Amino acid sequence: MKFWIPALVLAALALGLALSPVNEYFFYISYRVLTFVVLATAWNILGGYAGYVNFGTPAFFGIGAYSATVLFKSLGAPLAVQIAAAAAMGGLLGFGVGLLTLRLRGIFFAIATVAVVFIMETLMINWRYVGGATGLQLLRPEAMAPFDNYIRMLFVVMAWMGIAAVAIARHIQDSWIGRGLRAVRDSEEAAEASGVPTLKLKLFACTVMGALMGAAGAPMPMYLSFIEPASTFNLDYTVGALGSAIIGGMSHWLGPIVGALLLGSLQQIVTVTISSEVNVLIVGVLLVLFVVLAPQGILGLFRRWLPFLK
Amino acid sequence: MASLLEVKNLSKHFGGFTALNGVSLEITQGERFGLIGPNGSGKTTLINCISGALRNESGQIVFQGKEIDGLPAYQRTRLGIARSFQIPRPFHSMSVLENLLVPSAYVVHLGESEGEAEAMKILHTMGLADKAGALASQLSQVELRKLELARAMAARPRLLISDEAMAGLAGAEVDEVLKILFDLNAQGITIVMIEHIMQAVMRFSQRVVCLDAGAIICEGAPAAIVANPDVQRAYLGA
Amino acid sequence: MIFSFDLLFEAVLFGILLGCFYAAVSIGLSVSFGLLDVPHVAHPALMVFGSYCTYIVAGWGLDPILAGVILMPAFFVLGILIYRFYYETFERRGTEAAVRGLAFFFGLAFIIEVGLILAFGVDQRTVQAPYIGSSLALGEYRIPYRMLVAFGVALVLTFALTLYLSRTFTGRAIKAVAQDEPALRLMGANPVRIKQWAFGIATGVSVLAGAMLIIIGPVEPALDRLYIGRTFCVVVLAGLGSMTGTLAAGLILGVAESIVLMMFGASWAPAVAFGLLLLVLGIRPQGLFGR
Repeated sequence: MKFWIPALVLAALALGLALSPVNEYFFYISYRVLTFVVLATAWNILGGYAGYVNFGTPAFFGIGAYSATVLFKSLGAPLAVQIAAAAAMGGLLGFGVGLLTLRLRGIFFAIATVAVVFIMETLMINWRYVGGATGLQLLRPEAMAPFDNYIRMLFVVMAWMGIAAVAIARHIQDSWIGRGLRAVRDSEEAAEASGVPTLKLKLFACTVMGALMGAAGAPMPMYLSFIEPASTFNLDYTVGALGSAIIGGMSHWLGPIVGALLLGSLQQIVTVTISSEVNVLIVGVLLVLFVVLAPQGILGLFRRWLPFLK
Repeated sequence: MASLLEVKNLSKHFGGFTALNGVSLEITQGERFGLIGPNGSGKTTLINCISGALRNESGQIVFQGKEIDGLPAYQRTRLGIARSFQIPRPFHSMSVLENLLVPSAYVVHLGESEGEAEAMKILHTMGLADKAGALASQLSQVELRKLELARAMAARPRLLISDEAMAGLAGAEVDEVLKILFDLNAQGITIVMIEHIMQAVMRFSQRVVCLDAGAIICEGAPAAIVANPDVQRAYLGA
Repeated sequence: MIFSFDLLFEAVLFGILLGCFYAAVSIGLSVSFGLLDVPHVAHPALMVFGSYCTYIVAGWGLDPILAGVILMPAFFVLGILIYRFYYETFERRGTEAAVRGLAFFFGLAFIIEVGLILAFGVDQRTVQAPYIGSSLALGEYRIPYRMLVAFGVALVLTFALTLYLSRTFTGRAIKAVAQDEPALRLMGANPVRIKQWAFGIATGVSVLAGAMLIIIGPVEPALDRLYIGRTFCVVVLAGLGSMTGTLAAGLILGVAESIVLMMFGASWAPAVAFGLLLLVLGIRPQGLFGR
């Protein structure tokens, strides 16, 4: 209950904000930041808990975005259906990639995830139905009542998705599955010898991660009114998700939230005042700094004041 | 006595190198079995094949009458084969107690509180009870060895394979670990001990097998093995 | 889809030249990842960085290959520094550092790429040389001279490195440290110094690979993303630790990519390396000649 009360309060707060006369710009920015909260939280389920690094966040995110696009274009499907389908496709992709490479060492899985990004991008570039390389314009439907406009609605959707993602991550972390994943991370051989079905657990984590990332991608085409391969399958999403989790702290579900909020805010400030390239540079440098000097992340730095951390 | 583990004509290659060449042995229930041999003779490879960390290329492994060749390691543990690692591999981000909760949950399927109770009991017998809350990464060498055995015990095994649990330990520490193994055997657990410390192997084992260059060169009572010229040659070199 | 035996032959020919080039740009990774087990996802980024350095030095009037060779000692030192840093920070700390090691090299690659964008912009850069721009005519087929130059350098590089690793003492020590580090230690050799030397060589080779890269075609900062697929495909297909396998794997990739390019066009060709990589990982992860 210590989790759910603040969580429900936040959910209500998000709804309240969306209905209040706050500047539209706030919702544009916050949607982006919340997307990274979901992506980083999802990444951490496999990366932080199990120790398998996924470089292919854009692939799962992208398959979600394109699944939503296809459903919207062909059937005019409502957002909820788009998200569900995107999650299913993301999960399927996660399961497939996992099945192919999670038996192998971590680096092979990592490189395979890069491969999936490029293959997916190539497939979408060559698929005219979704606009190919030039992309597709999308006309947003009317926002559902009680929202004034679609962006405000998407803000609430992403906020609630973020809460759901964190709830899932927390549940996994605190359960016997989480302990098994940590055993895999600490010593996969010893985990197997201790009765942990390592491959199954890794597959589970990979599937959940893929599903959450896919869900996060679904509202994106609506948010932009546009979808195209280059920006969807951009490796900047990789740095964002991975960086948020590592900088925030990989061992607890709070870490990715802290990291995403920090990097998200940083991105807004730096991109607007200097340039987006400098922003990526800063994130890259921060990533390397934390990996070298503070591998437990921001949470780890404040460990002494956070008794609930192991 | 009933046969617990049968290894029939086991072979394992690594590229062009033959690590095990047609090894056969049988371990009876409740036995204290010693496995010796010089470095590189294939002892750990044999253990890895039995426990499932490696797959054998030919031959058969039968445990409690059931062929286990195709099973992944975690399923073999669930059937009752547990092992400790030569170089300890603790779950270093977890406490000592939590380390035992992993097999407790995944092999014995105990809930959190039952698991903790049983884990504390095991830690008491190992002399690690006061370290229950300590992080595994903070333990000394001998404590890590004991943790390896404790974690293997938390899986409630029928067969416990102790892979050089005493390597590098001082005299009193060797006695400590040896006593633990004797006590475990008294509880009915079959124990296979791989060791280089001869006096420990002699004191502990009822039967000893000597491995050299992937093949068994001698099998029998401890005293006979030690006196065997082939064994002496294997250890002292050609 | 266009198909004719003439076009196929030309594609295969081009593919062989391209394949040798791919082998040469991957051979550094064969050493750093295949032999030394370093999760060096920044290898292509270092190579592209090498291309830009070549661009600068060649801009002073030198032949690009010569520029690459001149830069080799500097990159050798850079490689030693990177490995030393990696070893002290990560490899010493054990398996927990696996995530960190990967993240480190990924971060490094990103920093290099963005650094290049900030320094040079996203536009493509090229170099000039007498052999760039003209082609050799062989009967009906035209082979660009720059491909032949790259092919030649690639072969020399591959054979030189393979010979070095099998004939010289240090070279064999490098192969030994990959297989049996404790034994090497017992022989009195220092594994860390050998590894850092090897990593230095791998990085030195990478700048020459970068020179060839900019000879073959224009470079841009994001090119490293594409080459992650090609280099890792070659190294994994070859099998970790196999130098001669690198050449064979490079040829396979080169020809496959060339044929796909001919039959399906340029929008499909980049995915060949990544697809082949996934195929190898799924079917035969130890590659053709792996240990």
